[in-house]
Amino acid sequence: MKAKKAAFVASSLLIAGGLLTACGSDNNGGNASGTAAPTAENSASGSNNGGKKVKLTAMVGNATDTQNIAKALIAAFEKKYPNITVEIELSPGGTEGDNLAKTKLATGDMSDVFFYNSGSLLQALNPEQNLVDLTNEPFQANIEDSFKQAVTYNGKVYGAPTQSTGTGGWFYNKKIYSDLGLSVPKTWEELMANVKKISEADSGIAPIIGTYKDTWTSQLIFLSDYYNVQASAPNFAADYTANKAKYATTPSALRSFEKMQDIVGYLNKDYLATNLDAGLKMLVEGKGAHYPMLSMIIPTILQNTPDKIDDIGFFAQPGDNADQNGLTVWMPGAVYVYKNTPHLEEALQFVNFVGSVEGMEAIATVSKPTGPYVVKGAEMPEDTPQAVKDMLPYFENGKNAPALEFLSPVKGPSLENITIQVGSGQIDALKAAQDYDKDVEKQAKQLGLSGW
Amino acid sequence: MNKVMKRTYSYAFLLPAAVIYLIIFILPTIMSFFFSLTRWTLFDWEFIGFDNFVTFFQEASLSIGFKNTFIYAVVTCLLKVVIGLLLGVLLTSKIRTRGYLRSVVFFPTLVSTIAVGIAFSMMMHPTLGLINKALEAIGIPAVDWLGNPDLALFSVALTDVWKGVGFATVIYIAGIMSIPEQYYEALQIDGGNAFQKFRHIIVPLSRSATNTVIIFAFIGGLRSFDLIWSMTRGGPGYATDVIASIIYKQYQAGFYGLATAGNVILFVFVALLAFPLNYFLTRKEVDL
Repeated sequence: MKAKKAAFVASSLLIAGGLLTACGSDNNGGNASGTAAPTAENSASGSNNGGKKVKLTAMVGNATDTQNIAKALIAAFEKKYPNITVEIELSPGGTEGDNLAKTKLATGDMSDVFFYNSGSLLQALNPEQNLVDLTNEPFQANIEDSFKQAVTYNGKVYGAPTQSTGTGGWFYNKKIYSDLGLSVPKTWEELMANVKKISEADSGIAPIIGTYKDTWTSQLIFLSDYYNVQASAPNFAADYTANKAKYATTPSALRSFEKMQDIVGYLNKDYLATNLDAGLKMLVEGKGAHYPMLSMIIPTILQNTPDKIDDIGFFAQPGDNADQNGLTVWMPGAVYVYKNTPHLEEALQFVNFVGSVEGMEAIATVSKPTGPYVVKGAEMPEDTPQAVKDMLPYFENGKNAPALEFLSPVKGPSLENITIQVGSGQIDALKAAQDYDKDVEKQAKQLGLSGW
Repeated sequence: MNKVMKRTYSYAFLLPAAVIYLIIFILPTIMSFFFSLTRWTLFDWEFIGFDNFVTFFQEASLSIGFKNTFIYAVVTCLLKVVIGLLLGVLLTSKIRTRGYLRSVVFFPTLVSTIAVGIAFSMMMHPTLGLINKALEAIGIPAVDWLGNPDLALFSVALTDVWKGVGFATVIYIAGIMSIPEQYYEALQIDGGNAFQKFRHIIVPLSRSATNTVIIFAFIGGLRSFDLIWSMTRGGPGYATDVIASIIYKQYQAGFYGLATAGNVILFVFVALLAFPLNYFLTRKEVDL
């Protein structure tokens, strides 16, 4: 009896152990191969560096558009500097990419140059310790100050732009607008009136497209409202960073959450299970009328459905006052140089090339601009889609402001959960603002910002 | 070989395993206790005492997380025990295609959890999903499996049961097979029926299997993360957040010290539940 029981327990433990180790080695295997490969390459290229070919490595996010841009830039760069080759290392996008970048920097395993976000995410990379100061590089003379601000840390500039600016606002299907006789709204009230009309027409068209399966997309109405926030509270960014202004107690900032509350009930029925790609499809096929989104999606629309791009228009997220209508702008990501790169000279040649008119032209061959360029003298191609041209008046009249994440290092990590809660009617705007203020406080403390 | 060597040489064989265990398990565990007391950016750290623990307990979603973790562990554990036992009885009885059915039941255990999560979240899609299409075909209105905050946790728990019940079944099969033939003979002589066989022989005598299943399923449920993350990412809002997913979000946000503090809390929480449970269960085990 005893023996049987012992055998039984032993065998069940063996099975369990086998399963556990199988899972464990799976996870570790993936990471180990991801980090070990680049070191080998680095040392290999370091050893044959005697005036011969130099190999740079560049870590680039895995999104299709980012990859296309990096490949086009590298091809043009290698043509100009035939003695240098650049090899791409894939990085997962989003927060996983953030953690990979931080880990690689902390362990001294970073590629020579790398593509990464500008704004609040850059601040968390500890630039002074990890990145090469590019303030005095020749290309900086040609860069717009608005972008420099987004890649500056303690007065030093660290990055070169890897795309045009982008914007956040409302895409709309022009066919639906003309079928229902709607006009582009200048105030939030007009926008909601349009939304109501589409909803009452009962044609099966979703008035607003929600794609909360990709959770970050739920933040867009909130983030795109920043032009309106700063129009009424000009010092908000500075006060907010210094822990003097709060979302719950600043009326124009609280409006951003109230707008999220206004859209409850007007989203497509399956908004919690729909992802970004499906949302874009709804927009171009006319199954949804509005889509609050970033203009960075335009290259994707052009790639998937080039014939439908002219059906899509764009307007800035309206405020409460028609005279105050302006656009919230996203600064492009940037390329940075790793401080301990063995190929500093070549890496600097690369960033100088990227941040030039030539670099922007190389990018435009594969990815149309999503707003004006931040490199002076870089022109938009003539076949720029209408949705982008719709944005130009806001730039020509100076009616634009950078999104808050480019003005302040403070951005709460739970924002997307909170915007989903408001957008799905689980909590109201005031509760959301209070929750977000708490979330932000936690982040500021973790970053060790002064005044929190 | 002298006396000391004779007594100690065997430890040399343990050394390789011990070193590996020390480096990849013990050392990180000790380090994590330390880093849970710091503000840690990967680049540098600053000692801040118990601030991380205070912050973690103030986390808005944490009370939801504890509740969800507990519900999830209890629901998946109970269902795995009940369904696993019934399947175990079925698959040890003399039915045709027994070998084939055993493979079918065990198969989901072998599939990657992430793949299962993605497949089931497609099947549970409110308008396009297989499950709702099937329900509509027989006239039942569509259910928003993962979008309804009150339902989402149970949808994920059911998927977990589908995936994990094969493992429980295998343990039950082993447990039931190890019950000696004499008990059944005694039952036959006394003229007992099938239900009595189940009630008075199989259930009490496969107790050690039940305990194994409960411990594994319960601890697995408390630590569950991958399935929840691949299906709902803790959403909608915080509706399916468990402790592990809250910790992961802190890590994603770059709050490494805070995330480590969360892991220490999870460690204590699991230990506080698992040790008494283990003690309580094994005390009642009967020897065959």
